[in-house]
Amino acid sequence: MPYRMVCLIKQVPDTHNITSDVLREDGTVNRQALPAIVNPDDLFALEIALGIKDKYGGEITVMSMGPPMAIEVLKDALSRGADHAILLTDKKFAGADTLATSSLLEWAIRKYGEFSLIFCGRQAIDGDTAQVGPQVAEKLNIPQVTFAEAIEYLNKDDIVIRRVIDSGYERIRGRLPLLITVTNTAENPRPPSIKRLMFWKKAKTKNSVKSDQEREMLSERGLLIPVWGLDEIGCASDICGFAGSETWIKNVENVKLISRKPKLFDTSDQEIKNLINELVDEHII
Amino acid sequence: MENGVWVFIENDSRTIADVSFELLWKGRELADHLRVELVCFIIGHQISDAAPELIAHGADKVYVADDSQLACYLTLPYTRIAVDLIKEFRPSILLIGATSIGRDLAPRIASHMRTGLTADCTDLQIGEYKFGKKIWKEILLQIRPAFGGNVIATIVTPDTRPQMATVREGVFKRPSADFSRKGQVVQLNPTLTEQDLILKIVERVKAEKKVNLKSARIIVAGGMGFGSRENFKIIHELARILGGEVGATRAAVDAGFIDREHQIGQTGVTVRPNLYIALGISGAVQHMAGMQESSRIAAINTDPNAPIFSIAHYGIVGDLHETIPRMIKAYKEKD
Ligand SMILES: Cc1cc2nc3c(=O)[nH]c(=O)nc-3n(C[C@H](O)[C@H](O)[C@H](O)COP(=O)(O)OP(=O)(O)OC[C@H]3O[C@@H](n4cnc5c(N)ncnc54)[C@H](O)[C@@H]3O)c2cc1C
Ligand SMILES: Nc1ncnc2c1ncn2[C@@H]1O[C@H](COP(=O)(O)O)[C@@H](O)[C@H]1O
Repeated sequence: MPYRMVCLIKQVPDTHNITSDVLREDGTVNRQALPAIVNPDDLFALEIALGIKDKYGGEITVMSMGPPMAIEVLKDALSRGADHAILLTDKKFAGADTLATSSLLEWAIRKYGEFSLIFCGRQAIDGDTAQVGPQVAEKLNIPQVTFAEAIEYLNKDDIVIRRVIDSGYERIRGRLPLLITVTNTAENPRPPSIKRLMFWKKAKTKNSVKSDQEREMLSERGLLIPVWGLDEIGCASDICGFAGSETWIKNVENVKLISRKPKLFDTSDQEIKNLINELVDEHII
Repeated sequence: MENGVWVFIENDSRTIADVSFELLWKGRELADHLRVELVCFIIGHQISDAAPELIAHGADKVYVADDSQLACYLTLPYTRIAVDLIKEFRPSILLIGATSIGRDLAPRIASHMRTGLTADCTDLQIGEYKFGKKIWKEILLQIRPAFGGNVIATIVTPDTRPQMATVREGVFKRPSADFSRKGQVVQLNPTLTEQDLILKIVERVKAEKKVNLKSARIIVAGGMGFGSRENFKIIHELARILGGEVGATRAAVDAGFIDREHQIGQTGVTVRPNLYIALGISGAVQHMAGMQESSRIAAINTDPNAPIFSIAHYGIVGDLHETIPRMIKAYKEKD
């Protein structure tokens, strides 16, 4: 049975690679200077979807809500084997907390239509919240299986999923439709294929083409990535973006470091011996 | 007047999770400040012993949903019971542990109630919020490190209720029990539908917890300064001879140097050992949130300006590759 699947993917700053070049004088991070990547867990989610497509057939649509540059993560997913992509972008979507994000994603999925599986990453590395998946599932009124690492059985709408829990794992049996969030202990994501990468490299959205001619040319070749804004999706503007967010930032403060003056030792054998002896004498070790 | 402060009590085969007790400690403080009740609810099977224990740990009222079909956590029925309670009693604040269960349940509830939810708070307070001409008094200040350097953000949920937050285990204290405290116990009679029970647990395999960072007296923690998984191995030797546990930063975990169970910090474990040795760790706020209360901190870093030194009691500015073998040698030869 072929499955209609949606993968929700997010573009995030690559916080793994915070180096001194991206730190400002005051110690804050210059987000713009960080490379933007596909949220790592989302690639594991896409891989599970691709595995299902390989085995049973189906089609995968990737969606991402973000600024226009989020088209890059969609192209990445298309290059790995996703079939369709939709960019959810609008000025009104900016400033969304996880609640507003999930409201908008719900509307986008409803517009997309019937589905059997929705996939999310376990969590996005920019916030580590792991909230959007369950929030979307609740809004769509479907069950969820979070922290999944493998689909162990699938037959029509009958599914068995292995998920990680704090102290081990569980096997859950359920029915489609279902929303699944995937951890990075799942099977490793496949790399983009060179052929697909070359093909999708040229893809653009209708908002980023330079001329009508270019748009038509891209459209004919299937390289025009659809953009859904507020008007296309048809939801009220007060449920998305900043207006739809119920958590507000009251203030942001620099951390007051305790500012101890540590007792310093150098790396010579003698000094390290002194340090160890001091720790022993004070009954610390 | 605001309604109560509520805590979701997590239990696994009738053992109450540590984090739930810790939330009762914080919940008590918030409830006293607001002059409201501290209410908690527990869902499970054969959990009648729990209520007196929860009252002893600070709860004024305990709702108990006991049913054989609720023995193990399941998203849908647990969400429905929680949501029904919230709709009836309109709590002002709802606190949930940031465990694998809490992280599955909390967003589901928040989404249903269309309210805000702040994950992995490192502190909670009651305070005031002003925006334009409007002032909200006595609302929940949800405090957590923010992405973007060493900054801490205070987040509020002014307009919707409950104000929801999750907190990791170890962030707050465990209250001491006082079995003379009085409280009220209310049994719920949940009716479960077929739809609620559509997902079934076929099998549950519990692995023994291999690492126990929380009760370790000595923790030797490593970060990106090691450069590779191969180099990271020596840390285990240092921990072994000192009789300590191995910890790590999220960056080291993400780089595959060690398993996630070892991660210390805002989104890992919070620890307070006697001695914390930080090797090749810069001292990001998210990391320090989980270890700054260690009794003694020793830091080894090549960068003299690394923030970790500002909270360290002992410091070595130098290369960890040289330092660790010397530390091992010095300990073996100690007088
Ligand atoms: C939402 C969110 C949640 C997070 N949660 C956590 C969390 O729970 N825990 C956590 O730890 N982090 C967390 N982080 C990540 C955190 O912001 C930092 O990125 C991370 O702690 C940095 O790890 P590090 O110190 O190992 O690496 P770096 O910051 O890269 O520091 C490496 C240090 O090693 C030193 N060094 C290099 N070579 C040597 C050498 N040969 N000898 C000695 N020193 C050397 C360098 O001078 C540097 O100071 C989170 C981030 C986000 C966005
Ligand atoms: N803006 C977004 N667009 C598409 N998917 C998202 C977005 N934000 C979050 N998600 C999905 O939700 C998961 C969890 O995100 P978070 O709750 O932010 O940790 C991610 O791994 C994505 O699959």
